[in-house]
Amino acid sequence: MTAIVSVRDLVKTYDTGFRALKSVSLDIREGEILALLGPNGAGKTTLISTICGIVRPTSGQVTVGGHDIASDWRAARAMIGLVPQEIALEPFEKVFRSVSYARGLYGKPPDPAHVERVLRQLSLWDKKDSAIQPLSGGMKRRVLIAKALAHEPRVLFLDEPTAGVDVELRKDMWAVVEDLRAQGVTIILTTHYIEEAEAIADRVGIIAGGEILLVEDKASLMARMGRKELKVDLAQPIAAVPEALAGRGLTLGTGGLSLVYSYDATQERTGIVTLLTEMRAAGLPIADIATRQSSLEDIFVDLVRAGR
Amino acid sequence: MNLQAVRVIFAKEMARFFRTILESLASPVISTSLYFVVFGAAIGSRIETVGGVSYGAFIVPGLIMLTVVTQSVANASFAIHFPKFIGTMQELLAAPIGFTEIVTGFVGAAAGKSILIGLVILATAFLFVDLPIAHPLAMLALLALTSLSFSLFGFIIGIWAKDFQQLQLIPLLVLTPLIFLGGSFYSIEMLPGPWQTIALFNPVVYLMSVFRWSFFDTADVPVAVSLVAIFAFTALCLGAIWWIFRSGWRIRP
Repeated sequence: MTAIVSVRDLVKTYDTGFRALKSVSLDIREGEILALLGPNGAGKTTLISTICGIVRPTSGQVTVGGHDIASDWRAARAMIGLVPQEIALEPFEKVFRSVSYARGLYGKPPDPAHVERVLRQLSLWDKKDSAIQPLSGGMKRRVLIAKALAHEPRVLFLDEPTAGVDVELRKDMWAVVEDLRAQGVTIILTTHYIEEAEAIADRVGIIAGGEILLVEDKASLMARMGRKELKVDLAQPIAAVPEALAGRGLTLGTGGLSLVYSYDATQERTGIVTLLTEMRAAGLPIADIATRQSSLEDIFVDLVRAGR
Repeated sequence: MNLQAVRVIFAKEMARFFRTILESLASPVISTSLYFVVFGAAIGSRIETVGGVSYGAFIVPGLIMLTVVTQSVANASFAIHFPKFIGTMQELLAAPIGFTEIVTGFVGAAAGKSILIGLVILATAFLFVDLPIAHPLAMLALLALTSLSFSLFGFIIGIWAKDFQQLQLIPLLVLTPLIFLGGSFYSIEMLPGPWQTIALFNPVVYLMSVFRWSFFDTADVPVAVSLVAIFAFTALCLGAIWWIFRSGWRIRP
């Protein structure tokens, strides 16, 4: 796949002297969904804002669809849609007009049919003549998304789209994202909700302290770093791991009521069957069994900690 | 140039004007009428003529300028400060629009409103006084040019201001005194000796003088000097805005 957005050695130092981006390089593939994960203040918004033209880069190069954002900024920006993190909307403007206005700003001729499609998709059609001010927070966020989609962008940036959003809207939003992906739109979203990245991204980038720590296919990342744990609950507490099971790397849970076995899920022989057989042989009263896969969150926390 | 963007910005700004058409037009008309009553009738009855023109008619160009200048600055500064204040400036910064589109859209709309208001005041004036217009085309051109140059100036103030207090600062502390001291309601010949010279440092004097010339064919300072001053001011403002967009000053961190 070709890179639709290419970031090379991007540095941003604000006037205050704060260095928000320390030489970031990143290739975003056409048609993918890339999740940028990072703690608050990691540089996610600065990275997005720089690509979109809201923040001036200190040094480095960014191209969007082959257009340099400094020398060929009109062509570069015309391809991009941005859903900002903060809800900033004209309070007295009507929904339909506001979305049509956004389309016009990108140089596209009026197309009420397209605006209607976008509004319907975001369940905003019945609010089209409503002023923005009285709308709920969730509705306002839908308006922001509609505005970003009004000019049919090829690359869509969603900056923390689900911060403070209810479950229903979150689901609607992912439906929209899936739809856009089907149309070949490249989507970059920032989030600190790991489950979000886990649920919809193709690739995950982890950013902390103004640096990209890694960018990897979500599946291979999870497989590479994914550990599984088997937790065996016991009917009666035990004081220590039985002698017969020593050397299997078991840890005793609180109160001596469980044993935890950690293994690599990608291995052919996980050793679970042998372990359970041995436990029975040792006369341990097994009450329940549960397995748990380490999530992106664990991986993320480990990486960010290591990065510090 | 992104013409669609200019169209939507201009249309949106004008829509705000027409949405509040009553407030937009009523207040200049009412305040102009008040000026006529106070200056024209009450004080004017004690002043015979100024340079052969009745005092009531004499103050009309000053009244129009007073309102056009303050409205241009107020409209343009608010139009660009409001998006900065509520955060919708991001939308403009991320869009494929630059200096040309933003200036044409925002300043064009602000100047358009001022021209409309100026014409409404002129129409109101005809109800009160007998008003000759010696150079009607020049008068309209000067009205448009003044609206444009002070809308550009207001645009700069709107970007410069960090809050609504600062937004009021320049109009209140600089513009209003300059306008009142700029010969809106008198000829600078009526000032005592040294003040006539001091007044020549006030840029509004040139504006007022040439605008009054378009009505009565007499001017305090030569017409050519006034024109050079106005064009220089406009060019200066345009240059400043061009630099703002180039450097990102107070809009793009």
